[in-house]
Amino acid sequence: MILFLAYAAVWFSFLSGLLALLIRQHHSVIKLLHYCCRKQPAWQQHLDNWLAQAVYPQRIQQLSFILMGVAGVFAISAGVSGLMSQTIITDQLSLGLPWLPWHVRFDSLSALFYLIIGIAILAVSCYGPGYVKDNNEQDHPFAILGLFSGLFISGMFLVLLADDAFFFMIAWELMSVASYFLVAFQHENSANRRAAFIYLIMAEVGAIAIILAFGVLASFSEGGTFTFDALRNAPLSTTWASVAFVLALIGFGMKAGLVPLHVWLPEAHPVAPSHISALMSGVMLKVAVYGLIRFSFDLLGDIHWQWGVALMILGAISALGGILYAMMQPNLKRLLAYSSVENIGIIFMVLGLSMIFLAKGHSNLAALAFVAALFHAFNHALFKNLLFLGAGIIQHQVHSLNIDDMGGLIKRMPHTSKLFLIACMSISSLPLFNGFVSEWLAFQAALQVGVLDNAVLRSLIPVMAAALALTAALAAACFVKLFGVMFLGLPRSRQAEKAEEIQDKGMLASLSLLAGLCFLFGIFPGLMINLLENVAVQTLGYGLPNSTAAGWLWLAPVSMQQASYAAPIVLILALIAGGISFHYLRRDPAVKLRQSDTWDCGFGGLTPRMQYTSSAFTMPFRRIFSGVWRIDEKIDKKAGAMPLQVTDIHYQLHVEDHSWSKIYQPIERSVNRIARLVSRMQTGNIRVYLSYSFFTLIFLLWVVS
Amino acid sequence: MNILLAILQTLLFISLAPLLAGWIKCCKCYLQNRKAPSPLQPYRDLLKLTHKQPVVSKDASWLFVIAPYIIFSATALAVTVIPLIAVDLPTAASADVIVLVGFLAFARFFLVLAGLDVGTAFGGMGASREMTISSMAEPAMLMAIFTITMTASTTNLSFAIEHIMQEGLVLRPSFIFALLALILVAVAETGRIPVDNPATHLELTMIHEAMILEYSGRHLALIEWASQLKLMLYGVLIANIFFPWGMAETLTLSALGYGLLAIMGKLGILAVLLAVSETLFAKMRLFRVQEFLSFAYLLGLLGMLSHIILEASR
Repeated sequence: MILFLAYAAVWFSFLSGLLALLIRQHHSVIKLLHYCCRKQPAWQQHLDNWLAQAVYPQRIQQLSFILMGVAGVFAISAGVSGLMSQTIITDQLSLGLPWLPWHVRFDSLSALFYLIIGIAILAVSCYGPGYVKDNNEQDHPFAILGLFSGLFISGMFLVLLADDAFFFMIAWELMSVASYFLVAFQHENSANRRAAFIYLIMAEVGAIAIILAFGVLASFSEGGTFTFDALRNAPLSTTWASVAFVLALIGFGMKAGLVPLHVWLPEAHPVAPSHISALMSGVMLKVAVYGLIRFSFDLLGDIHWQWGVALMILGAISALGGILYAMMQPNLKRLLAYSSVENIGIIFMVLGLSMIFLAKGHSNLAALAFVAALFHAFNHALFKNLLFLGAGIIQHQVHSLNIDDMGGLIKRMPHTSKLFLIACMSISSLPLFNGFVSEWLAFQAALQVGVLDNAVLRSLIPVMAAALALTAALAAACFVKLFGVMFLGLPRSRQAEKAEEIQDKGMLASLSLLAGLCFLFGIFPGLMINLLENVAVQTLGYGLPNSTAAGWLWLAPVSMQQASYAAPIVLILALIAGGISFHYLRRDPAVKLRQSDTWDCGFGGLTPRMQYTSSAFTMPFRRIFSGVWRIDEKIDKKAGAMPLQVTDIHYQLHVEDHSWSKIYQPIERSVNRIARLVSRMQTGNIRVYLSYSFFTLIFLLWVVS
Repeated sequence: MNILLAILQTLLFISLAPLLAGWIKCCKCYLQNRKAPSPLQPYRDLLKLTHKQPVVSKDASWLFVIAPYIIFSATALAVTVIPLIAVDLPTAASADVIVLVGFLAFARFFLVLAGLDVGTAFGGMGASREMTISSMAEPAMLMAIFTITMTASTTNLSFAIEHIMQEGLVLRPSFIFALLALILVAVAETGRIPVDNPATHLELTMIHEAMILEYSGRHLALIEWASQLKLMLYGVLIANIFFPWGMAETLTLSALGYGLLAIMGKLGILAVLLAVSETLFAKMRLFRVQEFLSFAYLLGLLGMLSHIILEASR
């Protein structure tokens, strides 16, 4: 039954893609439908009206998104029932080559990520019709967008179902290549084509690393087979296991966006349509996390603590680097993409912690860290989807993604701004929201470091915890800035002044759904943590240290004496405190509010240009962490007639990531150099080529004889 | 009984906070050869402000009006989980010390948004600086707190203080480092000299005051009260974690009375120390604050390392 639901999710997402192809085939579709219901003329009439030429494309778009939504519902139900039942279901599909059937396996780890994808595509399916409505069909055909969205989603589902390396790689490539076409969807800008190309290259290099990692495992497996069962039982020496782990880390880390493998992410995510960037950032990166968990915790099995340390340090660099880069981005979607790098860093850090505990034999604590990492992955999917979908609405209404062009939107877009505020609060890990709970669990796991007997680890892990704290504080600064500059203050441009609230109900509904979930799992995290514990039990073989860890009211992962958190109580106390202060101060009717001008220090004439911009807001950070970026700052002053008088000031700021200049440009240069060396062979002269063939032939004959 | 005590203790905390602020002002005036206002002056100020009609800018949104209530509630929530006169506090279980840091972050989040809401240069400036300082202070504070929680192996403040009291007077190098780190963080977070100057308005150096420049009437009263609460909160944290002696371990009337006297005495002494340091030091440039806070972080780290190397029981 569960497997049926899982297959249904794949089929429906695939169908939603196929349906999109029909958008230009109005006549043939009508003919086909007439043929189908030729005995019911009344139906034909209805169909004709419903699919009239004018509304036909819209109908197809809606249907395609409805199918996607149905796939989402199936995926959610498959995920939840898979998580609750704790069973492992296996199956074989006789697809592919005849002697290599595709192995399918659906366990609670797959079920969790099914759930994540399901929620995300359900939200996207509500959002989509409104978003693509004003799409220019000539330049950006919906057929392409819909088809590749469907393929992309079914690819992600198939990755989760795969139980042998072949099937896994086919599904993985389906996901990568389909998303390449989605990134390249708005291909008229050369920057977008470049971004898509970088994405494709890095995705393929990552895929090669993953194939090699599987290859290392398979060469030790019984009979060299590629099923995950055989790979699981492969007897590996420590060295080879480490080689496989490093290859997998490179491969999956490239997809997940670990620093310094993250460079495709801020290029590719902003140029894709918003609901696709939501899926890529919120969900596809999670599939990479799934891949790493599957590979290291499940297939390799025998974890070494050194891997955990490596993962932790890489994660910390990604988390800090990601959020610091995010802070400097003026482009909303680039900022969100970098913030995904940060969150992936946090997830990897906590996974590394889990590995260390597991390798040192503290399995229950490993389960705690594991649950924290999975919960953060789940939470990140929720609020990052919300942020990207919100960004789509804002781009739609303000016609810009530059946050310095916005301002004052809280009055013009009241609903969007509230939902966006919830997302900002969740991602800044404030109490009562879901982001806080996962971070709290991570801190609780890190604080159990006293059980380790290795002094280096005992001092490293608290430092990592402090890095996590710094990340959280910087994230709060970044998203306060984002919300403040975009929604508060005075409008900074004419478009922002004229912006209106979005009218489409579906788009707001999808945002509300995600925001509601952020709040729900912030107040009742126990609901999710109980399910996540099942994943830990099945994958690691151990549950949380405190078996009654997550009731609906109390969250006490280790023991009630050590740490506890009761979000519902906190919520009630907060409401009481807020209510008392509000009522007490409101009871005097004589002192209502008075509206007046903003205080202007007596000079008069405050203009929107006097507000702090985003680059002004982050200036102290730029100065304090100046080594992190390549900062190119230019100030041009035009002197006036009087000495020291300045008539005109131009300020230019360009902030760039170090990884381009330090890593990728040298690689690019050396590739070019090698290419030039090789090209010397190619003179363009036919005689030379003939002599090459001749000598090769001679050489081969010599070898053969 | 316990719950009742928790409520009473919270109310006591909230009502005593202005007194502490007044007492600090008194001490400072005395040290600077000025005539001191009564220590009860902050109460009068708050009362006066609540009766005034608040003026709100035309450009302000709903967030500006609701923010003071949120800021005050979040700070009051933080107060509910800190044992003041009795060690045993049932509400400490609902939110541990990490959540406490979260509450303070929550209050700050809205304070900063309120500063940005009106769209003046002052608000933005204060907001930017507040976020800079807090994001440097938070890791330092968590480092100091982790040292304590690892010693007591709990993040529940009630249990942690109980553990420290039961151990008796042990000289722990890690605690000395953690104490120093927490003091530096407290100075930065509550906006005292040398990081910020609570006494000045309209200086380009101000941080907290710049954000709340647009507030008036009861809104201002709530924000002022919240910042007094925050000051007392850090004072109580320092006093009760590092010098918990005198707190009521049993719920008898005499023990509670003794506990109240003890905490007032401890806070009184801390206030005198703060006044002395505020008189001795001048305000730092903004970009010296990062050095100040990295020093706090370093102290926290040293505390952590000395706990791990010297004290952990193996």
